[in-house]
Amino acid sequence: MMDFWHFMVTHRQEILGLTIEHVTLVGIAILLAVLIGIPLGILITRRPQLSRPVLGVANVIQTIPGLALFGFLLPVYWIGARGGRLAILALILYSLLPLIRNTYAGIRGVDPAVVEAGRAMGLTDRQLLWQVELPLASGVIVAGVRIATVVSIGLATIAAAIGAGGLGELIFRGLSMVNDSVILAGAVPAAALALSADMALGALERRLGTLRTRS
Amino acid sequence: MTNPANDEPAISFDHATFRLNGRALVDDLTLSVKRGETLVLLGRSGSGKTTSLKLINRLLVPSAGDVQVNGRATTAWDPIQLRRGIGYVIQDGGLFPHFSVAKNIGLVPQIEGWPANKIQARTQELLALVGLSSDLLDRYPQQLSGGQRQRVGVARALAADPPILLLDEPFGALDPITRSEIQKEFRDLQQRMKKAVIFVTHDLREALLLADRIALMENGRLIVDLPVDDFPHSREPLVRAYLEAFSGAEAR
Repeated sequence: MMDFWHFMVTHRQEILGLTIEHVTLVGIAILLAVLIGIPLGILITRRPQLSRPVLGVANVIQTIPGLALFGFLLPVYWIGARGGRLAILALILYSLLPLIRNTYAGIRGVDPAVVEAGRAMGLTDRQLLWQVELPLASGVIVAGVRIATVVSIGLATIAAAIGAGGLGELIFRGLSMVNDSVILAGAVPAAALALSADMALGALERRLGTLRTRS
Repeated sequence: MTNPANDEPAISFDHATFRLNGRALVDDLTLSVKRGETLVLLGRSGSGKTTSLKLINRLLVPSAGDVQVNGRATTAWDPIQLRRGIGYVIQDGGLFPHFSVAKNIGLVPQIEGWPANKIQARTQELLALVGLSSDLLDRYPQQLSGGQRQRVGVARALAADPPILLLDEPFGALDPITRSEIQKEFRDLQQRMKKAVIFVTHDLREALLLADRIALMENGRLIVDLPVDDFPHSREPLVRAYLEAFSGAEAR
């Protein structure tokens, strides 16, 4: 234990730098995944015939083991050239399922009587979406963002294997050195990041969830 | 939406049929409602009352025949314009749970682009009209009683002063005392509004209290369409059955 604290203190600059790198990788990936996944989730509520293929593909991607996915993406032009790009793409792909599925489920779960009342009042499809469906689905959508973020923070540690940087570097270095302190110096901050993201998004989710309370 | 001439029907069904999976939920319905008139569609669950209402505001489109609003087929209307001119009230109000009372009532005026002070004045006016205190403006639907929610639902439907009002068993979920109060208030309100009103219910007592005319439906078909005073004297067997089922209730 002493070794661990000693390593943490002496390498604090490096650990801080890797943590920032880790957060950046996950942050960019989640942002892009949200920009792709939420619109796709909305789309399949409007075109139900697309829901099976879209959710099916996202599901299959989810089942590919992390290391294998990195391997598959390595030869891809431009993407494969930099570890960071590749890691971000892989994290986006893994985040799509919870984002698409929760957006779809959240909107489908809005009380049909409320949606019909809105339509009967003469709201356009767009007004119905922005004023009624998205606000009422927001708790469930944020739950999807939360799952995607927590999973991505963990998964991003593997990305060090392809030179993407982040806290995984310490874990891989510790593994090759057979040094638990170095492994922990990567694993503990990564776990702390995942826990804080989970708590922060969980709090947001509960706040938004109160909107859903049925009348 | 322009008001039609007084004798021209605001709403008319012309041999309208609505089929779903080969079954006619509304079967060859011909019926009309004038401005200032309240028609009650009476019938048991599944008789096609609600489906008929949805044909008027184009939530559904007839499979055959025609439904006209102000002399124009609903299919010829822009659906958004059509619906903005038709107030719609459903059971338990169908209020938006994430909007305050003020925002629920003011939503249509807001998207129609009314100035904020006009919306506020209109909201206050409507709340008073349906017998609610303006203290409730900042409350959310789940903080209201069933009767209050229903009143807000009526106020919301009236917000942009639509010439047509459709109500689908609006008071069905209320306790008997609240229901009776709100029915009487609604009758008074109706007499001042001069709108074309179609009111759906399965409650004969409610029909007799609120209707100018009662249209009785069964299995998607219109059985009788009579002025309210003639309804209790009809020889039609289904009307007799209704009257017997409700006997004990004084016939107005």
